[in-house]
Amino acid sequence: MSRITVIVDGVSYTDEVEPRTLLVHYLRETVGKTGTVVGCDTSNCGACTVHLDGTSVKSCNVLAVQADGHEVTTIEGLSENGELHPVQKAFHECHALQCGYCTPGMIMQACDVLKNNPNPSEQEIREGLEGNLCRCTGYHNIVKAVQQAAGELSSQAVSS
Amino acid sequence: MIPAQFDYIAPGSVEEAISALAEHGDDAKVLAGGQSLLPILRMRLNAPGFVIDLGRIGELQGITEEGDTLVIGAMTTYAAVLASEAVGTHAALLSKAIQTVADPQIRHRGTIGGALVHADPAGDVGAPALALGAEFVIAGPGGSTRTVAGDDFFEDLFTTAVGEGELLTQIRVPKHTGWGAHYEKFVRVSHQWSIVGIAATVRSEGGSIAEARVGLTNMGSTPLRARAVEDALVGQPATDEAVRAAVASVAEGTNPPSDLNGDSDYRKHLATVLTRRAVLAAAGA
Amino acid sequence: MTITDDRTDTAAPELEIGKARRRKEDQRLITGRTRWTDNIQLPGMLHLAMVRSPFAHATITAIDTSEAKAAPGVIDVVTGADIKDVQGVNANAWPITPDQVTPTHLPVAVERVACAGEIVAVVVARSAAAARDAAELVDVDYDELPAVLDLKEAAADTVLAHPDLGTNKSAFWKLDSAEAGTGGDVDAAIAKARADGVVIEREFRQQRLIPAFMEPRSVVVDPTGEQMVVWSATQIPHILRFLISATMGIPESKVRVIAPDVGGGFGGKLQTTPEEFATIAVARRLGKPCKYTETRSESLLSGHHGRDQWQKLTLSAEKDGTVTGFKVELLADMGAYVAIVGGGVPVLGAWMFNSIYKFPAYQFNCQTVLTNKTWVDAYRGAGRPEATFGIERMMDELAAELGRDPLEVREQNWITHEEFPFTTVAGMTYDSGNYEAATARAKELFGYDELRAEQQRRRESNDPVQLGIGVSTFTEMCGLAPSRILGQLSYGAGGWEHASIRMLATGKVEVVTGVSPHGQGHETAWSQIVADRLGVPFEDVEVLHGDTQTSPRGLDTYGSRSLVVGAEAVVRAADKVIDKAKVFAAHLLEASEDDLEFKAGRFGVKGTDKGIGIAEIALATFTAHNLPDGAEPSIDADATFDPDNFSFPHGTHLCAMEVDTETGATTMRKYVCVDDIGTIINPLIVEGQVHGGLVQGIAQALWEGAEYDEQGTLVTGSFVDYTLPTAADTISFITDHTTSPSTTNTLGTKGVGEAGTIASTPAVVNAIIDAVRPLGVDDIVMPCTPERVWKAIQAGQAVSHEGERAAAPHFDEATPNQDPGAGSPSTTTEGSDQ
Repeated sequence: MSRITVIVDGVSYTDEVEPRTLLVHYLRETVGKTGTVVGCDTSNCGACTVHLDGTSVKSCNVLAVQADGHEVTTIEGLSENGELHPVQKAFHECHALQCGYCTPGMIMQACDVLKNNPNPSEQEIREGLEGNLCRCTGYHNIVKAVQQAAGELSSQAVSS
Repeated sequence: MIPAQFDYIAPGSVEEAISALAEHGDDAKVLAGGQSLLPILRMRLNAPGFVIDLGRIGELQGITEEGDTLVIGAMTTYAAVLASEAVGTHAALLSKAIQTVADPQIRHRGTIGGALVHADPAGDVGAPALALGAEFVIAGPGGSTRTVAGDDFFEDLFTTAVGEGELLTQIRVPKHTGWGAHYEKFVRVSHQWSIVGIAATVRSEGGSIAEARVGLTNMGSTPLRARAVEDALVGQPATDEAVRAAVASVAEGTNPPSDLNGDSDYRKHLATVLTRRAVLAAAGA
Repeated sequence: MTITDDRTDTAAPELEIGKARRRKEDQRLITGRTRWTDNIQLPGMLHLAMVRSPFAHATITAIDTSEAKAAPGVIDVVTGADIKDVQGVNANAWPITPDQVTPTHLPVAVERVACAGEIVAVVVARSAAAARDAAELVDVDYDELPAVLDLKEAAADTVLAHPDLGTNKSAFWKLDSAEAGTGGDVDAAIAKARADGVVIEREFRQQRLIPAFMEPRSVVVDPTGEQMVVWSATQIPHILRFLISATMGIPESKVRVIAPDVGGGFGGKLQTTPEEFATIAVARRLGKPCKYTETRSESLLSGHHGRDQWQKLTLSAEKDGTVTGFKVELLADMGAYVAIVGGGVPVLGAWMFNSIYKFPAYQFNCQTVLTNKTWVDAYRGAGRPEATFGIERMMDELAAELGRDPLEVREQNWITHEEFPFTTVAGMTYDSGNYEAATARAKELFGYDELRAEQQRRRESNDPVQLGIGVSTFTEMCGLAPSRILGQLSYGAGGWEHASIRMLATGKVEVVTGVSPHGQGHETAWSQIVADRLGVPFEDVEVLHGDTQTSPRGLDTYGSRSLVVGAEAVVRAADKVIDKAKVFAAHLLEASEDDLEFKAGRFGVKGTDKGIGIAEIALATFTAHNLPDGAEPSIDADATFDPDNFSFPHGTHLCAMEVDTETGATTMRKYVCVDDIGTIINPLIVEGQVHGGLVQGIAQALWEGAEYDEQGTLVTGSFVDYTLPTAADTISFITDHTTSPSTTNTLGTKGVGEAGTIASTPAVVNAIIDAVRPLGVDDIVMPCTPERVWKAIQAGQAVSHEGERAAAPHFDEATPNQDPGAGSPSTTTEGSDQ
């Protein structure tokens, strides 16, 4: 067992984990962050995407021990002061989810896309989400939601 | 989805890592970015007793310039390579190829050294590294290092010159400042490994190709460099017709795999078409 | 209590139906406060790992569990033999013929495995990791048996998937219009056309697909209470409860099934699974809560697959393009076992191959066949995509043969809008539709004429990138289903649906529905319907579902049935609430019932300003202080609705594909669809269903296919090789609607869940063929990979040089692609480039 300390959604956790524990399993089973889900075993689907030190990663592809001393944000830590994040809001507004299973990963990756490129083209959004599979929406409304969130975020940036 | 048990070692220096390797031998696996290793462990295609994580060795990360050479630490992530202005300026081909690797999340974690040592022939880093004439610095026991030229680095499927007890520490890339570059990756869906990929970089002079470098992805058990095509391109105008003729033989002598995405002959055909397109794009035509 | 209307007279409230309401479901899903089955943790819960057969066909000779049992954390290792009398059975609920050959499908194999991935032992441990570790220590000895993997070879019965059954042929099902009295003799029509008309003969492959819902299946069983509780990622909690009881000998009243948040299904979760039964058997054996969650690899291997048919099709027509007959001969792969509705899925095509057309003669033949591959059952569309692909490809082939525009030939043969209701040659009565209107709108949105002109330019300039336009004018039958018809087809259940409405004292409304959503947005749409019907605020309606304790009666969600059957039950329950409330309103208002009218949630006395709101009546009912003598103090109501007919959505889909003739790569340029799905409750949800459906159908055309090697190992066993499209592989779509309300339900709705998938596959393939037809290509097997497209072009050009038509490379040499007696090359060339 290894002792790790990880900040998850702003709270510091110290736990004993087996070195083989994947970050996603640590988040779900030890910390109880079941909003982050597992959709595949080959790192194709992106359902488990979280932010590690502010950057999107597939949490099935990181060992919990590798996250020792680092900071993780999950879908459950995205809203601030009870306010939905603009990307969450846009997913709701644009009907960018149906079953919702891919949604946490999709939203976390969409945030990453917009962080690196606040005004992406449709093609840039599509390529930015190429590591996240969705079986319900055909991606059409997901792309629209990211476009809408981009507008919202940039107007926030201007006004602040 | 759950790897078999292993012990985890996170050395703080190359020296410590080498001694850990020496101690555990072939019961150990080196963890770089882990974007290929972790799926392998999760699927239990491999079950090492020890995993040696290079993630806490600062000296293996980062990009520096030494005269005419770019020095890229083996643990530099794809994302860091993409963010590097120096790479974009002096080794544009590497940036273009890395843009196509997997997806953004994988590029945030995956490392250039990890990919090179993993040596998947469908990986997108080997061909541009070869084309750019990169050299590979390998550290061994007792503080020893050796430098291996590109042509000697890739030995076979998933096999490189990095021996047991050794680590790849640096990739040294000769600057190709002012060269045009293009990586033409052919896939059925965007998150796939390359069915075929062509790395081309070209120095143009007055509308003609003065020098060209061409690397091939997934056209054999290792990345390949198409020297005959490179030679044939020299002095040619960057026109469809001239380039078509110069690259016509690019698939000769290659031995690409046959799988669900295409048989060997189809890949050879693809390589011919894609090389023309890559060279023309690199030449700005 | 105020019983006089003191409100100012306001305009009629805005109707909820038709409004693009944002979904009620979203809040928890976008914040991660979800309840997937795999999230459930119970005290002392044990975890299961399955040991699965690596062989396609083998006898189990010995299983040594001793090492696994001794491993750390392991509680038990259970083999099929250990639970053979208590594990239940995976039932087939739809024997399509009385003599259907149906192999027994045990959840955990006892003596023999008939496909790779079958469970042979279950490891139970204190953690999922310990169970996985110990699964590797279970030592199973197999004697391999010959496996039959190819569908056509299986039909020849040389190697048997189940030697004890003596045949691989499961059942043969036929519909003949002459015999049924719904049309003429198809063989006579074909013979006549061979003499003086046109005969198109083709053989198409419907490849094997994998539903690939995003949430892997998971089941948690708690056997410790008075009722055993089963949480499962299922589309069918009610049917699962029934079959647990029926096959495991547990009284139905002792079983509670809960489908919590379920992450997609697409038919893939309408199965009762070996994993569910095995988990129940183990949990009961140990008396402890148990959980099993599959990996994606396990899901792709052992969850049921979809489609997998050979279609031999013969279409006869007059030389002027009027179709005279259509004959369908199907071979359908069931895999190793006949799944819950496995045999019935291809048979659903019987009523759909004739589609929107007025064919005078028709025959449908379907032979279902067993092989040693993963079992096959419903996948989005189930039977209708196969049929739509077959007929829509054939209509394009007919148009090409005649050198005419494919839309024009369709129009010549389709049912015109004045002709509804129309009884088809397959005996179905279509209630409403307007194919002309949908097609006209689609052509306009698509820019059909401009794209045809561009296509012509590219052809003339020999552009390496050719443009093709694909057409699919589809209809489908959905809303499963009138129970009487199901009974005639020997289906094992009815097709009704149930709903309850509970009027709470505080004016809030609980709606209990028997359908079980897994992404469709029923909570939102049902709220809109009830809000309008009862005149209560949208926000005041709570929709409950997916738990047999709160929703005791229902037949669940599949076959685009939820809205047209399930919501109709809700409407009828609401109407009963109003009827009951009316009696109380009359009493409270001291008026005659005949003088009351119910509008916008309020009973008013005609000609006065007196009235009472339904919420007030709910409160009065709760207190029951002042009700009519002898009245039961409740205005709650239940309704069970059994439809008289299916619903028949239709639409026109147009697709433009670019084909890079140098590499075979295909790129979607534009996709337009105009669907007629009757009255739309929520346009946002409808559009979402269409988009997602389109991509699944497009994926069949371009990307997906389950492939096995010669040993019977699934080669496409992970998302690396089973290539689902991403956002980067798809485009934004142009969608619109025409509306011909259905006449078979109160709201005029038709199903929409499967429409996009049913329609899009042939539109895409027709577009690719249209792009390369001048190069001598008239078919490419799906998925149309770049390699297949490129090779078809090479073969087409080679053959074209000899002045003959190209045979697509996958065709069996024994089955000619084109009947030599039909259109000779000289009749096909004239005007074939338009």
